[in-house]
Amino acid sequence: MYLVKVYVTYKESILDPKGEAVNDALHRLGYTNVQSVVLGKYFELKLAASDRPLDAEVDELCDRLLANVNMETYRYEITEMEAL
Amino acid sequence: MKFAVPVFPGSNCDHDMVNALRDILNMPADLVPATTTNLDQYDAVILPGGFSYGDYLRSGAIARFAPVMTAVKAFAAAGKPVMGICNGFQILTEAGLLPGALQANRSSKFICQTSPLVVKNTTSQFTTAYEPNQQIQLPIAHGEGNYYCDEATLAELRAHQQILFEYVDNPNGSVANIAGIMNRQGNVLGMMPHPERAVETILGSTDGLGIFQSLIANQQQEVSHA
Repeated sequence: MYLVKVYVTYKESILDPKGEAVNDALHRLGYTNVQSVVLGKYFELKLAASDRPLDAEVDELCDRLLANVNMETYRYEITEMEAL
Repeated sequence: MKFAVPVFPGSNCDHDMVNALRDILNMPADLVPATTTNLDQYDAVILPGGFSYGDYLRSGAIARFAPVMTAVKAFAAAGKPVMGICNGFQILTEAGLLPGALQANRSSKFICQTSPLVVKNTTSQFTTAYEPNQQIQLPIAHGEGNYYCDEATLAELRAHQQILFEYVDNPNGSVANIAGIMNRQGNVLGMMPHPERAVETILGSTDGLGIFQSLIANQQQEVSHA
């Protein structure tokens, strides 16, 4: 069993209005040293090993569903979970 | 000419669409569930507005994999007309039937207002009832209507006259003021504004009628020539 942590964020060229709103709110709270905020999505997937390479499968499911590759980018970390 | 209006969990403009088609345009129209796998008896499909599957993950991202979308893809590939309004447009981009994506409005606000639009291409089967560069008024109601595509895609859209509607005062930050586009083949239309909410004087505008009238006239002409 593997734990896959996937982080999806807008590409740098894409406007992130929600991140900007959070950035503005932090400034209003006095955290004026906050330079920027990126607001993305975080997924935890538990995958059983299959006959396919794991990273190929994760790439595919990210491309097909978790991220919209027109405007988003993703990265992930894979860790092997201890058998119960 | 018979219309299908697929209903996804969370669709909420489906009845408005059927009302416009049946009661105003006198066309037969069925609400069909998202589990439908066969659209053979229909001549046109319109994906309605709403918040399909709660807009979870991204607008249209889950609806794209509903069973009916396999049928919609085959329907579009056969050259038959498909329209997506608002959430329907978002679903069509997620499904890859139209280029680009819809992201959050630049203002971060949900925008609900009547917006002036310019009809940029009046030779498509969806727009022949309008005059070139005619200004029309249609309601918009969306939080994620900010159309995005990269420069290469925009150049393609322009080169093939695929941009049908542009905002006059770009309320949401869309690339090139884009409010509605069609695919290169000219049979799939996606737009954020709601023509089905502008089909009776009592609704404040009848400017949306032209889209349906164009499609109906052009499809019926095609049948009579077949």
